[in-house]
Amino acid sequence: MNLLEGIIVLDFSQFLSGPSAGLRLADMGAQVIKIERPYSGDICRDLYVSDTMIHGESTIFHAINRNKQSYIANIKAEKDLKKIKQLIAKADILIHNFRPGVMDRLGLNYELVKSINPSIIYAAISGYGDEGPWRDLPGQDLLLQAATGMAWLTNDNNSMPTAMGVAVVDILAGAHLAQGILATLYQRCINGEGALVEVSMFESALDFQFEVLTCFLNDRNQLPVRSTVNNGHAYISAPYGIYKTNDGHLALAMSNIIVLAELLKCRALLIYSDSTEWFTHRDEIKTILAAHLLTQSTNYWLSVLEPADVWCSNVMNYEQLVKEEGYKVLNMEQLVTTSNGLNILTTRCPIRVDGQILTSQVGAPLLGEHNERIDRQFFIK
Amino acid sequence: MKQLPLKGLTVLEFSQYLSGPSAGLRLADLGARVIKIERPKGGDACRQLAIKNLWANDGSSLLFHTINRNKESFAADFKNPKDMVWIKRMIREADVVTHNFRPGVMEKAGLCYLSVKAINEKIIYAEITGYGKEGPWKNRPGQDLLLQSMSGLVYTSGNENDNPIPFGIAIADIICGAHLVQGILAALIRRQKKGTGALIELSLMESLLDFQFELLTTYYTSKRLPRRSAENNGHPLLSAPYGIYATTDGFIAIAMVNIQQLGLALGSEILAAFSQDETFSCRNEIKNILSKHVEKASSSHWIEKLHKGNIWAMEVLDWNKIKEHPAYKILQMEQTITTGNGKEIITTRCPIRINGERLYSANPAPELGAHNKKIIEALGLKTNL
Repeated sequence: MNLLEGIIVLDFSQFLSGPSAGLRLADMGAQVIKIERPYSGDICRDLYVSDTMIHGESTIFHAINRNKQSYIANIKAEKDLKKIKQLIAKADILIHNFRPGVMDRLGLNYELVKSINPSIIYAAISGYGDEGPWRDLPGQDLLLQAATGMAWLTNDNNSMPTAMGVAVVDILAGAHLAQGILATLYQRCINGEGALVEVSMFESALDFQFEVLTCFLNDRNQLPVRSTVNNGHAYISAPYGIYKTNDGHLALAMSNIIVLAELLKCRALLIYSDSTEWFTHRDEIKTILAAHLLTQSTNYWLSVLEPADVWCSNVMNYEQLVKEEGYKVLNMEQLVTTSNGLNILTTRCPIRVDGQILTSQVGAPLLGEHNERIDRQFFIK
Repeated sequence: MKQLPLKGLTVLEFSQYLSGPSAGLRLADLGARVIKIERPKGGDACRQLAIKNLWANDGSSLLFHTINRNKESFAADFKNPKDMVWIKRMIREADVVTHNFRPGVMEKAGLCYLSVKAINEKIIYAEITGYGKEGPWKNRPGQDLLLQSMSGLVYTSGNENDNPIPFGIAIADIICGAHLVQGILAALIRRQKKGTGALIELSLMESLLDFQFELLTTYYTSKRLPRRSAENNGHPLLSAPYGIYATTDGFIAIAMVNIQQLGLALGSEILAAFSQDETFSCRNEIKNILSKHVEKASSSHWIEKLHKGNIWAMEVLDWNKIKEHPAYKILQMEQTITTGNGKEIITTRCPIRINGERLYSANPAPELGAHNKKIIEALGLKTNL
């Protein structure tokens, strides 16, 4: 039995944050119904978000919405709202990521939904919470990275503030929402009570930085200083970072500098015998190391370091990665098919249950594809 | 809060460092009792791993205290038969076990899933490896930077001609810990309905591939590697102007926009002359024009214009500026905890709100073995009954 078999999710959310939570619930067996507005649906279907399109829709939409159903409704119209309310009565979970106030105006805030279905889990993602001066600002990933100090952690110190190149705030807010949903759903199994679960991208982005923010808060509010040489992490000692070799790159995580000096035959590093210097003289040490590592190939260095159990690896792009046996053995790819016959190769859920990988061949839904079926399933009039 | 959702559940955390323990922290904040099972000599290796040489003056790093607040500690040696008796009794009473050892370690200790299941059939046994349990990488160290480097992630940040650039936070550990929590909670829901335990397995590599699902799906379809833009890269898949730009006194971030609206808002006819279709094909050119345009005035000047034009933009702030901002203060994101030896530590709270309430916990991280006596007494009592 799938972990979430029989769980019904109404997902009003768009883009990535909310829909990524819905995707995880679908992966684990829930029936996830996207409630989309007529004609355009989830903005992610056609917003300029990727230059790779599949039949007019972005690859990103297909990746995020595999294994879901689509139900068109114009919530502003009385007739459709009535249907939505019937669906709410049958659902276990409702997700939305509208800006604060929108669900109030639509007549679907928590109090109203709870009056229809007291045991529902009502889960909302906002950009900045529902109070304070930023509540009405758009909850967009890059802007959250900018607003929460994250941009000062990646890249070298003399570079501009640098965004992390994946929508990490969206994805984490979605992951946190799924955690809150599942925890309260567990509690509901015991006491029958519904719950309101709220996550903001702002709080999720701060939580993501909990280790380094805690350093900041307890270290006289000293701002992070990225390494000027091959920065890997603003708070970690040398050699942490990625280095150029004569034919590629080498990643070096936490290591003992003296051990490294001996293994790499880099005598200039032998003077750094006091381990506190590995942080205080970080850039100096990394400069010496960077010049030294340029003299040989990545494989040469790996052959010296790996047998000594030094934390190191080569650096790969997707093309190199997908050819590796270590990648293939994970079976991370799956082919999904949409109802109009499009085949899309995408990734699967990363969670394994009872030794099995979780896969589904169901592709992202066409807009409104499941209205009739859902009306029948739930006796919607 | 009337009652936290996971109250009554007990988690035995055999995990170290960040990935598994970050899952334990979330479960603890949601109400579970989390007991770290640590080796008597040194305990969780994270106790000795300081970042920026910051320590909490009880011999453990500030980092350890950040990740392990709100937990208990039971010191036990897998090689000591007496200790193993206590561990097995604890397993009998527990709901969840987590570990993140390399493949083989729990087997050797006699604590693999099958052995644990034999003691407690309904256990949720949740484990994290670096690269899965088969294949040529299975014994490699599961360390965050190495995973970022091997999974292609380091080609998403920074500009086209930069070196591979890692995320400056341990994203593989954190996302994998978040996935572990999801798997554990879903398994607990099934257990509540069907009475069955579960084995939940994650690897840092699979979590990091899932994290890149949009980029990977695009790559599988197009067979083209994602390309960072030449300057001001914000996301390799996204068109101009998505990125961060320098102004006279700082930096601003501009997200997805309609290029004509952007030109209009900033008073740039050259930008307004581009069509939306050209925002991909002329990405570098547009970004170059834009960066030369915005470097002539202050951040607040541009943000005002952009917000007036309804364009998604934000000033790039640092923590000192954020800390003083009313939008941050109103979140009440900080909490103070007092360690066993009286040191006050300010840290963040759980980001999830339930029934309108924020979740705080004042419980500090435990000293190594701090709860042995209490736990043994409680178990002893039960055994005698």
